[in-house]
Amino acid sequence: MLTYYFRLAILSIKRNPVLSSLMIAAIGLGIGASMTTITVNYAMSGNPIPHKSEQLFAVQVDSWDPNNPFREPNIAPDQLTYLDAMALMRNAPAKRQAAMTKVFAVVEPKGDEALPFDATGRATFTDFFAMFETPFLYGNSWGKDADNNNEMVTVLSKQTNERLFGGENSVGQTITIGGKVYNIVGVLDGYRPTPKYYDVTNGAFNDPEDYYIPFNLVAALQLNRAGNTNCWKPTAEDGFQGFLNSECVWIQFWAELPDKETQDNYLAFLNNYAEQQKQLGRFPRPLNNHIQNVMQWLELQEVVSDNARVIMWLSIMFLLVCLLNTIGLLLTKFSTKSAEIGLRRAVGASKKTLFAQHLLESTLIGIAGGLLGLLLAYGGLHGVKALYGSSVEHLAKLDTNMFFVALGLAISSALLAAIYPTWRACNIQPALQLKTQ
Amino acid sequence: MLVMNNIQKVFRTEQVETHALRDFSLKVEEGDFVAVTGPSGSGKTTFLNIAGLLETFSDGQYHLDGIDVRSLNDNQRSRVRNEKIGFIFQSFNLIPDLNLFDNVDVPLRYRKMSSSDRKQRIEQALETVGLASRMKHLPAQLSGGQQQRVAIARALAGSPRFLLADEPTGNLDSSMAESVMQLLEDINANGTTIIMVTHDPKLAARTPRNIFVKDGVVTEKKRSSMDGTDSLIMQPAIA
Repeated sequence: MLTYYFRLAILSIKRNPVLSSLMIAAIGLGIGASMTTITVNYAMSGNPIPHKSEQLFAVQVDSWDPNNPFREPNIAPDQLTYLDAMALMRNAPAKRQAAMTKVFAVVEPKGDEALPFDATGRATFTDFFAMFETPFLYGNSWGKDADNNNEMVTVLSKQTNERLFGGENSVGQTITIGGKVYNIVGVLDGYRPTPKYYDVTNGAFNDPEDYYIPFNLVAALQLNRAGNTNCWKPTAEDGFQGFLNSECVWIQFWAELPDKETQDNYLAFLNNYAEQQKQLGRFPRPLNNHIQNVMQWLELQEVVSDNARVIMWLSIMFLLVCLLNTIGLLLTKFSTKSAEIGLRRAVGASKKTLFAQHLLESTLIGIAGGLLGLLLAYGGLHGVKALYGSSVEHLAKLDTNMFFVALGLAISSALLAAIYPTWRACNIQPALQLKTQ
Repeated sequence: MLVMNNIQKVFRTEQVETHALRDFSLKVEEGDFVAVTGPSGSGKTTFLNIAGLLETFSDGQYHLDGIDVRSLNDNQRSRVRNEKIGFIFQSFNLIPDLNLFDNVDVPLRYRKMSSSDRKQRIEQALETVGLASRMKHLPAQLSGGQQQRVAIARALAGSPRFLLADEPTGNLDSSMAESVMQLLEDINANGTTIIMVTHDPKLAARTPRNIFVKDGVVTEKKRSSMDGTDSLIMQPAIA
């Protein structure tokens, strides 16, 4: 019977090509618009490390201004001071943890023909790589000794390695960054978490860094930092050391805490640490220390902006308007089939079989609308890329999940739109239709 | 076979109540060929629709082949229509984008029947109406008379006990009407019960039994002489 319904559906679609095309266009437009925004929102709000996101915690200690919170309502700073970050690195009880900051420098390629270029880097600790499970193409991360001894080592991104070494294994070679020579110990393999949860402060959807170096080199070499810095009072001393000793926050800090016990212990440590600092005249605010897992952190930092959500809901409302139009078109289409439906009822078709027949027709229209919607969404995402540039390139693409979501949404939308017209068509009075044909 | 007792059919709107059938009683035996005549709006088609389970009635009793029609739900009514009744309409009611084969196939599709069985029945039905050679044609490629023959083939394909025909020759010229009437007579001669609504007194006169409907009330014309030419006596149809 299904093949029979299928054949009838194709005939029916062909019989009213204009109406059928209008319905496909209405569904396609709605799906295209909504899938464009849903895809962007999906990429923005997705879990970048789903199997581990509840074990990774952004650390907040509130060392801020006694008179004003860092952010209303009483949100602790999203970054740490150098003093606190170093104290935590030394003593806090985590399985793994890493302070980190964004740096920038000029990279000087070897050879006379290649030109130097600006690059952004991440100064961090070795645990960064194991904690965030960064994939390595060549080599590995540096060791704890390199952290402690300010060794001049670096891990390159895949892109940087391709640019400088044509994608060959560069481990063991050297690279000049900011006028200093670093030994390459590893090359990452296309690491691009979306959102870039470990540093949402400096752009949750920015490209990952071009290179990674030990954090302690920032102080040792007084490196240029590229990230946000927030201060609530002037630094007491001049110079770089004065900045390091200041109450300015500029360091992101993450800890891997695999279970409830280690999480409780870590928070208790933070509170004890804050109490000690209070005795030293720091931390003037009431205790306000937190650890936030990945998804809590993305939510707290409002990674998906309200505007993006509003646009998504508007596009979904547009889809609803398109569906209302589809309902109207289906009512018209099915009204032209009243005589046929009346005849089929007269010769023995039950309402249920006719309902199934017409829902299949609507499903086919939904599939066609979905495919058109996917094309439009593809175009829409290209438009987003053209509008916002390469920074959103990795957000604005349809993956397999979204392909099936689009198709499923189109079919379910078409079925939803078809229920009332189909029900109405199947409930016509056959006698009336047969006499008036 | 088909027994209606005191059937009432009332159409109600907010302001008007129209009695389409009043105490309508009729008994049709197996193999009958009944012509139903009467003025426009008298209730002929309403009777045929009720007889064909296309409409419900307001009151009374109706047994079709021993089944109390009133007790049937919508699905059961569909099944009875499919298995026991064949319909022929004035305007043929063929589906324009299906060829003759597929048009005749329509009622068979709603039976659990193998495709080879369906094919055999369709070919046989089209053979009966003389259109076996045109089964791939579309309805629009046929004359009105041929289209009505296809409708008859569709009605016959399911081997129904009853054929209900509503003005089957109403849209045809006299020669086509004659051939369709001849076909119906042949079908009846093979044992199928036929109830035919018609405005044409000549066609009605050719059937063995005539009933007359006026203002929703049925009376039967009984022929007073064996040759049945002129003299008719009106009496209750169920007597």
